[in-house]
Amino acid sequence: MTDVVSNSVPPTRNHGALDHFLYVLRSNPVTLLAFMMLAVLLVAALVGPAITPYDPLTSNAAIALQPPSLDHWFGTDNLGRDVFSRVIVATRLDLAISVAAVALSFVIGSLLGSIAGYWGGWLDSVLNRLFDTIMAFPLFVLAMGIVAALGNTVENIVYATAVINIPFYARLVRAEVNIRREAGFTQAAKLSGNSDIRVLALHIFPNALPPMMVQVSLNLGWAILNAAGLSFIGLGVRPPTAEWGIMVAEGANFIVSGEWWLALFPGLALMFAVFTFNLLGDGLRDIVDPRQRT
Amino acid sequence: MSLVSIKDLKVSFKTRRGNVQAVRGISLEVAKGEVLGIVGESGSGKSVTSYALMRLLDKGGSISGGDLSYGGIDLKAASENEMKDLRGREISMIFQNPRAALNPIRKVGHQIEDVLCRHAKATRSNVRSEAIKALEAVKINDAEQRYDAYPFELSGGMCQRVVIAIALACDPKLLIADEPTTGLDITTQKAVMDLITELISERDMSALVITHDLGLAAQYCDRIVVMKDGEVVEEGQSDQVFTAPKHQYTLKLVDATPRIGVSVRELLLPDQRTPFPELKKVDLPLLEVRDLTKTFQGKSGPVHAVKGVSFTVKKGQSVGLVGESGCGKSTTSSILARLLDPTSGEVLFNGEDLSKTPARKFSRDPRRASIQMVFQDATDSFNPRHTARQIIGEPLARLTQMARKQRRSRVEELAVLVGLPVKLLDRFPHQLSGGQKARVGIARAIAVEPEFLILDEPTAALDVSIQAVVLNLLVDLRARLGLSFLFVSHDLHVVRLLCDEVIVMKEGKIVEAGAAEQVMTSPTHAYTRTLLSAAPHPPILTVPTSSAAE
Repeated sequence: MTDVVSNSVPPTRNHGALDHFLYVLRSNPVTLLAFMMLAVLLVAALVGPAITPYDPLTSNAAIALQPPSLDHWFGTDNLGRDVFSRVIVATRLDLAISVAAVALSFVIGSLLGSIAGYWGGWLDSVLNRLFDTIMAFPLFVLAMGIVAALGNTVENIVYATAVINIPFYARLVRAEVNIRREAGFTQAAKLSGNSDIRVLALHIFPNALPPMMVQVSLNLGWAILNAAGLSFIGLGVRPPTAEWGIMVAEGANFIVSGEWWLALFPGLALMFAVFTFNLLGDGLRDIVDPRQRT
Repeated sequence: MSLVSIKDLKVSFKTRRGNVQAVRGISLEVAKGEVLGIVGESGSGKSVTSYALMRLLDKGGSISGGDLSYGGIDLKAASENEMKDLRGREISMIFQNPRAALNPIRKVGHQIEDVLCRHAKATRSNVRSEAIKALEAVKINDAEQRYDAYPFELSGGMCQRVVIAIALACDPKLLIADEPTTGLDITTQKAVMDLITELISERDMSALVITHDLGLAAQYCDRIVVMKDGEVVEEGQSDQVFTAPKHQYTLKLVDATPRIGVSVRELLLPDQRTPFPELKKVDLPLLEVRDLTKTFQGKSGPVHAVKGVSFTVKKGQSVGLVGESGCGKSTTSSILARLLDPTSGEVLFNGEDLSKTPARKFSRDPRRASIQMVFQDATDSFNPRHTARQIIGEPLARLTQMARKQRRSRVEELAVLVGLPVKLLDRFPHQLSGGQKARVGIARAIAVEPEFLILDEPTAALDVSIQAVVLNLLVDLRARLGLSFLFVSHDLHVVRLLCDEVIVMKEGKIVEAGAAEQVMTSPTHAYTRTLLSAAPHPPILTVPTSSAAE
């Protein structure tokens, strides 16, 4: 039935990538909203420190634990620091950790998954058992262990988050590569004189991108939560650095005594970020899929 | 009174570029006990009409005008619940791809039971026996055992029988068959069509057979409606439509259907027929295959796909390789294309044994450019992320030393050569029609000027009129570039048009080989005769038409 439609459509000029991006945004309001939310996050991350009303690290005991007001939109914490400024400034660190971790697991996972899916055989079995082993651990506990063992630094949070995410990418890529290993266009690429590596890298792998994009965006959300979670229990980022996880952890002590704003606003920021990435998935997939361009 | 009446039906689809009218006001009637064939090429709206009748239109599709009635019931006004009662019990449907129409993870018996239970045609105690009866009705051997089979355990023909069993389980009055035999072997096609017509007349049902194959429609339908671009262009008794077509389009379709006694040029409209090119033949062997075997290691022991095949292709010659699915013709062509290594045997190309270089390393072999292939499913053979330009340019980039600019002009040259408008080069495969994709596939294969071209059913997925054009294109290219062809196909009629010699394969062996005309007119092997007789025999034109007038 799709034939009917495509045959009757009058030929028009081919749409460029930007046109396509705008079309995806126009046709799907949720994607538009997600991209707007992403823009807010990116602005906060890029120019955050320059636009905050107060220094996020300067303490002022005189105004400690004040509720939200016009001066301090999100209130102040126990050391008199402006919570709003801290939440904004923390965006850069949290995004950096999650993007770096996801990029790392994307690259390593794609590489291992492609190898396993394309060549198969014993290599496939070995790699799969390796992924199984990683996934057999409770992932957060594994990440805790890695950070504890390697040392309490931001880089190690990135590595730990990357390691626990690699199996997800590898599995996905393996399946996507595997179903295309015998596809007609793979055979055609070999006939055109492409070596195995070229076939894999230039012909098969790019076709796995649309589902990967969904995974990436969901994963960015998880990675932020993971990084915040590690900081929350005291691993990784250390005070007084502004970071959403630590801020929630520190603020949690004051909820009982009624100072709810300390934990609520960084928590909301976390929620906002995770929600943005979860919404982004479908839109990203549509954008990287050339079949959506009609 | 007619069972089904469609009046001025209009169906439109909402797309990215506004509404598209798929059906533009068609009217047709199906009488009780009548088999009506709807014939048309892809995009003619024939499937959409039947889906509209079942009210199963895709998302975005809607009936924008006209009336649909079945036995006095207004289908357009019927609620979804009323339609659910009608579907399966009154109107049933057989789909194009039987494997896709069955749930892959459920036993076929259970899938028949579903429809029986839905329409209360069986109780829990007798549903199993009713389902087995339904399987027996479609002449499945060992129905009792097949009840427990999963779709993947059955052949394509068997799956289609199961789909028919599901469709007929509740004794519907109307059967809609949407391209019921596309993708099936020619002998299976005959068996399935014979079965359908037999069951229809046995149960006094009406049927709507949708097909692109005029010959098939003429043989099995009482009346034919020819559709084009969402409109009915001709309607009449089947033999009449075929022998004395009134509309220009019907004439074109009839002319384009490959049949005995016409040349490849005669498939085209008279004004498009160019003189037959002169073929240069050199009496030198280009490719010699000697005792080729291929054995795959299956789970239940070795599978002998090719069992000792030997033949020769001379320079400039075109050889047809014919057989049904599973006969080893695809395996053989893969080995010759050096995508697969033979288990034993020799493939001599210009005197050198190609099988000495493993398939894995052959992509970097200097002889790679000499052997190219056109794939059966053009869509599947293109990287969906590449434009037509990138696809055609790929072998040039890998196998030649051409600079970027040179490649660009060569790609445009090739597009002109195969008759693809240059402005379409920047489109993605999914934005091209079937015929355009076939041209891109051919352009890619001839880009590096191979000596030997393997054509794996290059026209199997195409409409007859486009098939006619592509076949003629291949003849021209062969003459112009001095190519040698190995034309793999299941259709002897198509092979005859293009090939000097024919090889018939069955179960991994060659059963008959010889000059094409001779094999077609006086086959010596029983299997070749079966193949020839299974193909639908369109009635011969009696009234002087364009092809007779020439």
